[in-house]
Amino acid sequence: MKEDIISWKPKTSGRIDLETRKITQNLDKRSKTLEYLQPGTKLEGRYKILSTVGRGGMGAVYRAQDLRFKVEKTVAVKEMINQATDPEIQKTIVEGFEREANILATVSHPSIPTIYDYFTLGTRSYLVMEFIEGDNLEIKLQQRRAAFNEDEVIGWAIALCDVMDYLHTHEPEPIIFRDIKPANVMITRRNQVRLVDFGIAKTFQTGSKGTMIGTEGYSPPEQYRGEASPAVDIYALGATLHHLLTNQDPRTEPPFTFDERPIRDANPHISVALENIVNTALMYNPPDRFESAAVMRKALIALAQQTGMLEEEISVAQATQFFQDQSHSPVWTFSCEDEIRGTANYHEGVLYIGSYDHNMYALEADNGNFIWKYAANGGIVSRPAIDDNKLYFGSTDQYVHAISCRGGKKVWVQSTEGAIYSSPTIAEGHLFIGSDDEKLHVLNILAGREAWSVNLGSRVRSSPIVAADSVFVGSENGEIQCYDFSGNIRWRTSAKRAVTATPHYYDGVIYITSLDGVLYAIDAKSGWVIWRFRMESGSISTPTTNENHIYVGSTDNRFYCVNIKSANKVWSFDTDNQINSSPVFYKGAIYFCNVDGIVYSLHAGSGRLRWKYQTEGSITGSPIIVDDIIYVGATDNKVYALPT
Amino acid sequence: MINKLRTSLKNLFRPKSQVPVVDAADPELSVDTKELDKKTTPVDTKKVGYSSPHITVGYGLSAGKQRNHNEDAFFTLTTMFSYNETELPFGLYMIADGMGGHKNGEVASELAIRTIAGTILTEIYTPLMGLDPQPSELSFREIFHNGIEQANAEIITKSYGGGTTITAVLVIGDQMTIAHVGDSRVYSIEPNGSMDALTRDHSLVKRLQELGQITPEEAAVHPQRNVLYRALGQGEPFEPEIISTKRPERGSLLVCSDGLWNIVGKEGMESIMKSGVSPQDICDRLIDTANDAGGPDNISAILVEFS
Repeated sequence: MKEDIISWKPKTSGRIDLETRKITQNLDKRSKTLEYLQPGTKLEGRYKILSTVGRGGMGAVYRAQDLRFKVEKTVAVKEMINQATDPEIQKTIVEGFEREANILATVSHPSIPTIYDYFTLGTRSYLVMEFIEGDNLEIKLQQRRAAFNEDEVIGWAIALCDVMDYLHTHEPEPIIFRDIKPANVMITRRNQVRLVDFGIAKTFQTGSKGTMIGTEGYSPPEQYRGEASPAVDIYALGATLHHLLTNQDPRTEPPFTFDERPIRDANPHISVALENIVNTALMYNPPDRFESAAVMRKALIALAQQTGMLEEEISVAQATQFFQDQSHSPVWTFSCEDEIRGTANYHEGVLYIGSYDHNMYALEADNGNFIWKYAANGGIVSRPAIDDNKLYFGSTDQYVHAISCRGGKKVWVQSTEGAIYSSPTIAEGHLFIGSDDEKLHVLNILAGREAWSVNLGSRVRSSPIVAADSVFVGSENGEIQCYDFSGNIRWRTSAKRAVTATPHYYDGVIYITSLDGVLYAIDAKSGWVIWRFRMESGSISTPTTNENHIYVGSTDNRFYCVNIKSANKVWSFDTDNQINSSPVFYKGAIYFCNVDGIVYSLHAGSGRLRWKYQTEGSITGSPIIVDDIIYVGATDNKVYALPT
Repeated sequence: MINKLRTSLKNLFRPKSQVPVVDAADPELSVDTKELDKKTTPVDTKKVGYSSPHITVGYGLSAGKQRNHNEDAFFTLTTMFSYNETELPFGLYMIADGMGGHKNGEVASELAIRTIAGTILTEIYTPLMGLDPQPSELSFREIFHNGIEQANAEIITKSYGGGTTITAVLVIGDQMTIAHVGDSRVYSIEPNGSMDALTRDHSLVKRLQELGQITPEEAAVHPQRNVLYRALGQGEPFEPEIISTKRPERGSLLVCSDGLWNIVGKEGMESIMKSGVSPQDICDRLIDTANDAGGPDNISAILVEFS
């Protein structure tokens, strides 16, 4: 029997209406322990209980043997124990039971179990039915712990539409199942679909208002108004398919939020066409859904017959090609003598970018014309900092270099004892930078003299940032540390693997990724972790925020947008290779690159692709954007300037 | 504030003082400090954050006028830890609105508060105060999540048929984390008294209203207007809503059960906020107003003022 599944809350304000009272009584009674039938028990001298196959709040389902046959005939015996004390409720329960028996007796369909018998013994009523070997879809989903694939689901969906169409066109009255959900769909050993539990199915009279009943999470809005029409079952089938395709249980989400959780976000392998079919079934307003189960089945069959979603893929590729040709030819490119792995900076019309060829280049941002270059003794893989017309950067030659922006002339150099991969930050008249000598160095920017340094216990490739009177930095031993301006530690927090990314500070919180595959939100003041968001693999990408969203890439090839308050994924976007670059938010769009050398632009709100551009190298640095132009360097030695 | 600013400036790049390093766990940790270059003029002062907050708390609970027992339960804890130029406020404020016949409602709300407060204090507060303040392996969010799951399991075993809402606010430093199931609410209140709900009721009627399926008038008389789609102790799988955000710098937070917000209404509460003299005075008046309006339900309120 179906019980009321929603939580309830009786109040004394105004009258307590019957609905609420009923629910209360059911729940109160449930507190008594039910006595189930023991194996060996015989009912009516005919059905011998073999085992219990399922238990509920109001009874159980048993596997039993029908002794009237000489051969071993297995049947299912469904028991309903009427525990209600209120006579009116007792009557309602018995009526529900008889309704199920009567509906089953008048239907005949391969996906509906056959009924053999029904009887009542005292407070217990029994239905004897065909025994189905198999598991229901809720159990199958739990066992699998992952979404089902498209082909499996389409097959079941077609079968379910077929049985729904049968019920909805039943004569003399259509039958509305009212409770389609994974737990009520059995899959036999031979992959056949069986719809079980007709406890709340009812015959349909147009415009009738019935009792609100059905499983929360799968029921459409109008079912809460007591309406039962074929559209109710179509919605519930949509909700069931959404659950199977995403492995997101709708009972743990706010009701009617399927549109906020697109199927392809959770499971990108699903075709757009199937997503559209499920979305149509899930429309809020019944007239917007499929007109009938038959129409929905037709749409599913058409999809199954298609040779695939190939056309869709081609059109996306063509669109991309179009964008690439039309608007995403670079404004200019500039070739260095070796790979570019770092990130550029911009100051007053000039772009500064370092290369593995040991040079820091100054280029005219408008046209890429060479202005000057400055030679260090090692590769430059970081991003230069600019302050007061001077450029500061570290190199694998172990030095921090300070040069003039105007002519690229040396102002000072200061040595560390390790190669420098960290980018400098300038604040409070000082330069903060990490080095492979395991230290965070703090230099006075005028003379390069060291104000203080602190040993972090392992290489510092993360770039320090300064915010809220503190310095934040990560290290290769997996620590994220916070110092005051005198070099006193305020706190440290451990990730499980190296922290190479740069912290991002926003509104009192430090956001940082680690090679342990987690995006951390850490309270800047106490160092305590507020939340963790798990990606499928490590990340060295530095996140960026915009309003309530944080954006970051990962070596799991995926780009994520996460809500910073709830730590829930808003959307993700799959690429074909690792994303080590840090994203930039610019005018409603997100820009990032992956190691395939592709520059991506996505709509920040939806995660939909705006365009992509294929460079000829790999990209590990990050783009910067100034005046609608993106500047990025690649391992094909080139600097690209692309329109946004 | 000005004094605080001066101290902060003075301390910029001062030589390492005698103040011990907070985390003394690592003997390898060496800190070099060199004399600050005389030419340096540290200036950027806008980053000096607001700290040293004063937290004043008022609270109240009433069974209301039409019920002889109280199924609401609440908990408050406020501490301030000031050390090494850090001011770390810690606050935990929770309301649980129990439901279910007999004693089940009271038991459920008490169990929820005990279990979740116990988890937060053990997993966060105690380690935070220890000699070696090593943050937990788990995040605030995960700790809340575990506490709520545990509370749910406790209620199912010890108070079968009982259920409860839970709305909890954890304040640490400048951040707060709110965990929420059901229809108790947290409001953020501006210094001028205007209120904003930070939680979304897990109520069916509210959700139908959000979708435009029913009007507010229909909602008021809807037969399922008392039905929650998420509550602790109901046996169905549910996901608590847990959000983290910055706490109000100046202003207040109100945590309350529906016996208050449903009866007094937003405008009524706002006008009391504007005219109250202290958090306790405001709480008393909020509860009196709900009782004056008939007091049909249990009423509980916690007002946390940051100044």
